[in-house]
Amino acid sequence: MFTLKEFVQPKSVEEAYEILISGRNNTVLGGTAFLRMGSKKIGTAVDISKLELNGVKDAGSLIEIGACTALREVETHPLLIDHFDGAVSDSVKNIIGVQFRNIATVGASVFSKYGFSDLLTVLLALDTEVELFKAGRLPLDAFLKSPCEKDILMRLFIKKNGRNVSYQYLRNSASDYPVLNAAVSKLGSQWTVAVGARPQRAAIAMKASEALSNSSNRENPEYYANMAADELRFGTNARGTAQYRHAMCKVLVKRAIMEVLQCR
Amino acid sequence: MQIEINLNGKKVSIKVKKNEMLADTLRAHGVYSIRKGCDTACCGLCTVWVEEKPVLSCAFLSLKAQGKSITTLEGLQEEAEAFAQHLVAEGSEQCGFCSPGFIMTVLAMKRELKNPSDEEIIHYLTGNLCRCTGYLGQLRAIKKYLGVAQHEFCR
Ligand SMILES: Cc1cc2nc3c(=O)[nH]c(=O)nc-3n(C[C@H](O)[C@H](O)[C@H](O)COP(=O)(O)OP(=O)(O)OC[C@H]3O[C@@H](n4cnc5c(N)ncnc54)[C@H](O)[C@@H]3O)c2cc1C
Ligand code: FES
Ligand code: FES
Repeated sequence: MFTLKEFVQPKSVEEAYEILISGRNNTVLGGTAFLRMGSKKIGTAVDISKLELNGVKDAGSLIEIGACTALREVETHPLLIDHFDGAVSDSVKNIIGVQFRNIATVGASVFSKYGFSDLLTVLLALDTEVELFKAGRLPLDAFLKSPCEKDILMRLFIKKNGRNVSYQYLRNSASDYPVLNAAVSKLGSQWTVAVGARPQRAAIAMKASEALSNSSNRENPEYYANMAADELRFGTNARGTAQYRHAMCKVLVKRAIMEVLQCR
Repeated sequence: MQIEINLNGKKVSIKVKKNEMLADTLRAHGVYSIRKGCDTACCGLCTVWVEEKPVLSCAFLSLKAQGKSITTLEGLQEEAEAFAQHLVAEGSEQCGFCSPGFIMTVLAMKRELKNPSDEEIIHYLTGNLCRCTGYLGQLRAIKKYLGVAQHEFCR
């Protein structure tokens, strides 16, 4: 369990950020579901729940998701069920249970760049941008590759451009962490293959994405799935070996490609 | 620090430690339906409602409950009893340890889902573990309680 010296609920993001960077151990609080599993010694805990960073909105050509939105709202919000082939909503459905998802927040899930994340994998296959207080607005892929620095994630934006997407995962049992997950998307002739829980954080399989985009004949999805499995690195942890993940990557990516091919 | 909450319809003021979780605060306040069955936010036993939504009180920082309305099993006695009768009739309450969190989740589901299918019921209750019953009895009891027992049981 974490300890904390001070607890503040700032009324503006500027104030929250100032407090956050004013002490080494100062920490943003999301839903605290993950923080409580550790033993961090927090100086000032900055609760951002009063900053009106809540909710899912239709912002014209984008869907905007506030950092403090609970995962359960991501799951049940009509905008997220109706857009992105329902895959963003589907991706969080197996994270523990309803009562957990009513607490855990989107901002924490993305900012923490968890390797096991379900949400990150699907967001990476879509046209997603993150908005941070200090670093500003940048594509999710660039954020995932950037070094970890203190900041406050405020919002996510996903382009509503009609990209088709399929999300696939493998779990040893319902509500456990995923052993592996994959998302494949297609916009026009441009394909993106993302694989997460390798167990390292989600990454795009560049070669497979490019080969799919350049091919006129996609009758053999297995070929591209094998390519994705061969170009990505996999690791071993309690949920599976690198070899097993490599084998399962072929299955999940193939299924995702086949599903996307059926969306016309 | 002091927090003011609306606990089962009554305003109360409770002293809490800065890193205290709601499950510990409520139990220390005499709300004995609250129990904890795990240390990893995955058993559902500690479920309470915050602003009518079911949450894990073991993972909810008490300071964040300031000004909020909290409902526990103590505040839903009549409904809980009506459902418990179905549980007993289906032989799906054994040691009973999981019941408070399970019942809180079922009653929340009743408000949230209209005419749910087996699949939707199971999905809503994935976060409530029970070591004794094997879940089928619970599913029968829920379906009878919700009046959706005519739906096919999943196999
Ligand atoms: C037992 C357990 C099982 C899980 N299983 C899965 C799973 O199967 N799949 C999956 O995808 N996820 C899983 N998760 C992760 C979960 O979905 C959340 O991502 C996680 O709990 C963090 O959300 P939180 O709101 O609880 O964050 P907190 O615990 O409040 O914060 C986590 C970290 O994020 C920082 N933070 C919070 N909000 C922001 C912000 N807006 N800006 C900057 N920093 C911020 C905090 O300082 C902290 O370092 C699991 C978590 C737990 C505890
Ligand atoms: S005590 Fe197990 S989920 Fe809260
Ligand atoms: S009845 Fe014993 S744990 Fe559920």
